[in-house]
Amino acid sequence: MTMSRVDVRKTYKLFIGGAFPRSESGYSYVVHDSKGAFVANAALASRKDARDAVVAARKAFGGWAGKTAYNRAQILYRIAEIMEDRRPQLVQAVRQSEGLSGSRAEKVLDESIDRLVWYAGWADKLTQVVGNANPVAGPYFNLSTPEPTGVVGVLAPQESSLLGLVSAVAPVIVTGNTAVVVSSYRRPLPAVTFAECLATSDVPGGVVNILTGDATTIAPWLAGHMDVNAIDLLGVAGDTELATSLEVAAADNLKRVRRAPAAEPDFAADPGLEAMTAFVETKTVWHPIGV
Amino acid sequence: MTSNVFEYAPAPESRSIVDIKPSYGLFVDGEFVDGHGTSFKTISPATEEVLSEVAEADQADIDLAVKAARRAHTRVWSRMPGRERAKYLYRIARIIQERGRELAVLESIDNGKPIKESRDVDVPVAAAHFFYYAGWADKLEYSGYGDRSLGVAAQVIPWNFPLLMLAWKIAPALACGNTVVLKPAETTPLTALLFAEICQQADLPPGVVNIVTGAGATGQALVGHTDVDKVAFTGSTEVGKAIARAVAGTDKKVTLELGGKAANIVFDDAPLDQAIEGIVDGIFFNQGHVCCAGSRLLVQESVADDVLERLKRRMATLRLGDPLDKNTDVGAINSAEQLARIRELSDIGEAEGAGRWSAPCELPTTGFWFPPTIFTGVTQAHRIAREEVFGPVLSVLTFRTPAEAIEKANNTPYGLSAGVWTDKGSLILKMAGSLRAGVVWANTFNKFDPTSPFGGFKESGYGREGGRHGLAGYLKGGE
Repeated sequence: MTMSRVDVRKTYKLFIGGAFPRSESGYSYVVHDSKGAFVANAALASRKDARDAVVAARKAFGGWAGKTAYNRAQILYRIAEIMEDRRPQLVQAVRQSEGLSGSRAEKVLDESIDRLVWYAGWADKLTQVVGNANPVAGPYFNLSTPEPTGVVGVLAPQESSLLGLVSAVAPVIVTGNTAVVVSSYRRPLPAVTFAECLATSDVPGGVVNILTGDATTIAPWLAGHMDVNAIDLLGVAGDTELATSLEVAAADNLKRVRRAPAAEPDFAADPGLEAMTAFVETKTVWHPIGV
Repeated sequence: MTSNVFEYAPAPESRSIVDIKPSYGLFVDGEFVDGHGTSFKTISPATEEVLSEVAEADQADIDLAVKAARRAHTRVWSRMPGRERAKYLYRIARIIQERGRELAVLESIDNGKPIKESRDVDVPVAAAHFFYYAGWADKLEYSGYGDRSLGVAAQVIPWNFPLLMLAWKIAPALACGNTVVLKPAETTPLTALLFAEICQQADLPPGVVNIVTGAGATGQALVGHTDVDKVAFTGSTEVGKAIARAVAGTDKKVTLELGGKAANIVFDDAPLDQAIEGIVDGIFFNQGHVCCAGSRLLVQESVADDVLERLKRRMATLRLGDPLDKNTDVGAINSAEQLARIRELSDIGEAEGAGRWSAPCELPTTGFWFPPTIFTGVTQAHRIAREEVFGPVLSVLTFRTPAEAIEKANNTPYGLSAGVWTDKGSLILKMAGSLRAGVVWANTFNKFDPTSPFGGFKESGYGREGGRHGLAGYLKGGE
C-alpha cells in the first residue's frame, strides 16, 4: 500500500519588529481564494498588535532614518531581488487572492518588482529633487532638505494585494520612515509572503510591520495613536465616512494624512513623487557666513 | 546694573503719519462695506487707548466675500497671464516700501511691538515676500508643482506679526493664481485694513483680495465655508487641530503654522557673547510673541553659570516701554488676555519649584506689560518647559553631552524651530540632523527670508511657507 505524502502547510502570521508572531488576541480568520475555497487561517490583528507594531516601528526609526541613502537604496533593491527569487510563490499568492490568470499574475509581480527597483533609486535622489539651496538676503548659508516624518500608518489597498501593497509601502520607507501596515482584509496572503521577503532582505526589524486583519477596526487605533506621525488612508478608498472619521482622529496629534481616493487607483500608472513627498518634512538650516 | 551710564532721552517716532479712522468696514470685492456682526474695538496695548471700531463679519458677510473671491478667480485672476499677475504683486511690494513708515508706526500702535522691529523687520520682510513671489507668478511651470491654481484661499492669521503674516499668506496665494479671503486677528486688524487700501492703490482687480475682520467665530465660518479650496492658518496648536478636524473629509488643502517650544542649545565652546545675543533675540524679540521663539535654553553644564551671569547682565540693559520709542527693545504684551496667560504660567513655574528672575525694569502703569524673565532649575516635567508661554519667559535647562541635548530638545510634541551654538562645524551638522524641527538656526536665531521655507514638524503643523516650497500649498501639483 502506498500512501501519498501529506504536505506541510504554512501558518500565516503577523510581522512585527522583524518577528512573526500570532495575534496576541488569539484570533484568526478564514481566508478564501477568489472562487470562495478555503485557503488558510490568517492572524486577525488586534488593537494590542497595532500598538506593539507602533512600538517596534518607533524603535526602528532612528536607525533606519540614520542609514545612508545609498544603504537604504541597496536594501530596497535587495527586496526586489528576493521577490524575483520567490516568483512562483508570489505569483501563486496573487493568483489565489486576485483570481488572475497565470500570465496576468506574472505581470503584476513584474510591476511590483520594478516598482521597488524604481523607488530604491529614489533614496539618494529625492533630496536633490525636492531640496533647495535658498539665496537669502544676508550673509547666511541656507539649505532645505527633506527628512522622514516618522512612524507612518499605511492602510494597504483592499483589491491590489501585492502591487498596491508595494506601491504603498516602498515610498514610505525609502525616505527613512518606518511603517505599520494593515493589509488587505480579504486578500492578506501576498502581504504575508511579502513580509517573508522583507525578513530576508536586510530590512532591519521594525522598519516594516505588517498586520493582517480588518482596517476598519485597526485603523481607528492607528489614526488616534499619539506616537504615529502620519497615516495613508489608501486602504479605505471609497469609504468616505470611515476616511473622514480617521482624518478627525488623526488631528489629535496633527498627523500628516494622505487622504483616501474615491476609488482604488490604477497602480500600474506612473506613481509620481506624491506618495514620497506626503511623508517627508522640509528642514531648513541656517548658518552665518563670515570670518 | 542699574547705573544710568546708558540713559537715553526719549526718541519717539511721530504718529502723525498715520490716519486711523474712527471705524472700519470689511473689504469685499474691492470696496469697504459694512459688516453685519457686532463691531468691536481695537486698542493700543501700550496705553489701552481705543484706536478704532472695527466691523465683525458674520456668516453672510463671509459668504459674500467668498463669492467675490470665487468670481474674481474664475473671471479674472486665474485667467490673467502670470506675467501680468506678477506686476500687481510688484506694485504691492513697492507701495509697502513707499508707505513703510506709515505701516511700521501703525503696526507698533496696534500691536505694541517696538518700532525698531516693525520698521526693520515686519515691514521690509513683508515687502520682500511680495517682491519674491511676484517673480514666481510667471515661472510656476518651473516650480515642480505645476501652474494650476487651487481657487479660493481662506486665510486666518495671528496678532504677533500682523502685516508680515498677511504677506506670508497673500503673496504666494496670489502669485499662484488664487484669490483670497483673509481674516486678521481681532486685536490687530489695522495694518490689514491699510493693506486693503494698498490693494486699491495698486488697482488690484476687485475680489482678488478680501479682508474680513472678526474673532474666532468669523474665522470658523471662513475656514468652514464649503466653497473655499484652501485653508491656511497660523496660530495656536489647539485651533490648528480644530481646523484639521473641520476640514476632514473635504478636498480642502491645508497649511498649518502652529505653536512651538524651541530648544536653543548652547555648547561650552560656543562664542558666548554672540550666543547671549542669540538667546536674547530668540526669546525677547517681539516680547516672545513668536511661535518659533527659543523658549527653552539648553546650556552645557560646564558653562551654565557663566552663561546665566552674562545673560542676566545683558537682560538688565533691555529697554522696556513705549513701542514708538526708537530705543525700545521690549514693547507691550499684545492683550490683557495674553498677559493673564503669561502671568499664570509664570506663577505655575514658580509654584513648581523653578527659580524666577526678572530684569529690573520699571513697568508703565497703563497698558499690558511683562518684564523679560528667566526660570532656572527647570526640569523637563515643568509646565513652563512643555507649554508655549508666548511671552518673554525663558526656561533654562542644562545638559552634559550632545546626546542628552538632542534627547531633551526633541522631548516635546512641537517641532517648529531650534538653535545650536558651537564653534565645531561637525557638531553643528550632527545637531542639525538630529533635531526634529522645521527650522534650525546654527550660531544665529530668528532669521526669516522670503526664499527660506518655514514650518514645523509634529504638532507645530504642516506645510511650508516661504521659498519654492511655499508654492506647494497653493498649486494643484503641490504635494
